[in-house]
Amino acid sequence: MNWRNIATVYLKELKDSLRDRRTILSIVIIPTLVMPALIFGVGKIAAGIFSKARQEIPAVMIIGGDDSPGIVVQLKQSEKMRIVESAADWKQRISDKKIRAAVQIPPGFETKLKAGDAEPIVIFNYGGELKSGFAVDVLDRFFRDLRERTVADRLAARSLPPTLITPFEVKRENVAPPEKIGGNLLGGIVPYIIILLCFTGAMYPAMDLTAGEKERGTMETLLCSPVPRINLVLGKFLVVLTGSLSAMVLSLASMGISAAAAGFIFLNGHGGAGKLAAAAAQAKAVTVPTIDPLGLFGVIAMVFPVAVLFSALLFTISLFAKSYKEAQSYTAPMIIFVIMPAVVGMLPGIELNARLALVPILNLSLVCKEMLSGVWHWNYIGLIFGSSCFYSAIALAFAVKMFNREDVIFRS
Amino acid sequence: MIEAQHLTKTFKDKKRGVISAVNDVSFTCAPGRIYGLLGANGAGKTTTLRLLATLLKPTSGTATLAGYDVINDPQQVRANVGFLAASTALYGRLSAREMIRYFGELNGLTVADIRTRTKQLADQLDMHEFLDRRCDKFSTGMKQKTSIARTLIHDPAVMIFDEPTLGLDVMAARAIVRFVRECRDRGKTVIYSTHVMSEVEKLCDQIGVIHDGRLLAEGTLEEFRTRYSERDMEEIFVKIVGGETTR
Repeated sequence: MNWRNIATVYLKELKDSLRDRRTILSIVIIPTLVMPALIFGVGKIAAGIFSKARQEIPAVMIIGGDDSPGIVVQLKQSEKMRIVESAADWKQRISDKKIRAAVQIPPGFETKLKAGDAEPIVIFNYGGELKSGFAVDVLDRFFRDLRERTVADRLAARSLPPTLITPFEVKRENVAPPEKIGGNLLGGIVPYIIILLCFTGAMYPAMDLTAGEKERGTMETLLCSPVPRINLVLGKFLVVLTGSLSAMVLSLASMGISAAAAGFIFLNGHGGAGKLAAAAAQAKAVTVPTIDPLGLFGVIAMVFPVAVLFSALLFTISLFAKSYKEAQSYTAPMIIFVIMPAVVGMLPGIELNARLALVPILNLSLVCKEMLSGVWHWNYIGLIFGSSCFYSAIALAFAVKMFNREDVIFRS
Repeated sequence: MIEAQHLTKTFKDKKRGVISAVNDVSFTCAPGRIYGLLGANGAGKTTTLRLLATLLKPTSGTATLAGYDVINDPQQVRANVGFLAASTALYGRLSAREMIRYFGELNGLTVADIRTRTKQLADQLDMHEFLDRRCDKFSTGMKQKTSIARTLIHDPAVMIFDEPTLGLDVMAARAIVRFVRECRDRGKTVIYSTHVMSEVEKLCDQIGVIHDGRLLAEGTLEEFRTRYSERDMEEIFVKIVGGETTR
């Protein structure tokens, strides 16, 4: 192994790759833009949709209630819902989203309520639909208020104190520091995005430096040089790894800046975020989620061997292909194998154990989630780092072996 | 000097079994001489030259180039060989100067040597006008000159040409033929593979006819003409490989 040769190959391949638009897109532009797009773009759109849905006064239909005029009048007087004319096809109307919910008032409800024998009120909604859910909330709150008023009236009639049924209140107070909240909120999605970007960052340089070279006819030109093949492999491999790590570092940096900017906007009350901040302040619970910076460094350290693994695997697979197109058809389906364990790691309830610590990608997803929320299980971290290094060393050795195989390099 | 001794190369194919691409090929080429390897497509020319350039390893047999063995000293062999083929392309995103410098560095030349050699080659090949332009914008002639400069940057003792005129127009092909002659005149050992008979007649001091991986006949053009009682190289070639002649 000659480091001068490796450096020569590395610098040339890096220069060559940086002149390729596809590579720039995958290792610089997408990783830099994805986090702000996610935090501000998707976040803003989601907040906009949510806010719009909240502002809408839901159309609600009353089923029955002819013998309970007092309740019907109260419902109609509510400013938080719009009562529409009753119709027999109310179910269809809910499905067609013409009305958001329907409430069934059982026969003789008011009379039976006074007698203390009321039958249940039934609210019909479109499960999983946001606006229908808001309508249910409004109706639920209306009837809960009615129930509380009824209880209060009954207690008053019997000269009993309200504390008879509410002997104490239950309050919630957050003690988690903002970075832990941030870690828990973002801990699931951040490793997933980093793993994905790490993979796509390696993908295009890997294909370009192997199958792309074969297709363009420059591989044979390069092999004519007196440099031993292991130096050529390592020089090229390091460029692929640079692509992968660049994607990771840029996405993390962009995430940090975006999170800081989001925090600034939250705290200073700009735009829609200001309204949220104001609402939170009213509730005396201003907690801006941030990410533990130490956790970010931990993520970088843990992702490094996985980036080596991705780079070596993509390099080897692409090397086997005769053309860029063929390499794409081999590497693109691999994304599924990368996404699946990363998604499993995002699921709630899945926690690190010794066995999962040996499953590549899934182990990274789980440990990053913990590190970003400030939890450091050093035994698992050691196990995951060690196993990832082991897998990546095998993959790299395999890449070197493949590069030395004539039937792979001169495959026709 | 090139000395090929019983070079053999077999490949395994799932459908066709073991294929013998080069079978017991032996020949010698001295410095200042051009050895023409003549054969049809698929005869084994490229595999033979790839064995000599150490891009492939022989299944059996060996060869020495500039005194170095292809099996024991492949790096030294490559350091003394310039390999130019229709299939050896340029890096499109590099300029001609960057391309030449890269191969100079890979061949262990110093920065000063690379600069001097690049200037010499650019003078000889009239490359100054496009030296700093990217290769993917080049005409065929410019690409050819850059390839030649890339091949010669380390001033190798042995030159291997694998069908270098394939796909080139007449003028470009003539330039290549002229360059090959210049290599011989400078005392380099040259091996030149082709299936174009006229190029063999014009260039080669010694000819080897290869067919189905075997070297069927060897000699000078005059020796072939006498041996086969034919003037035309194409007729001679057909007689050697056992095909049907036009007469």
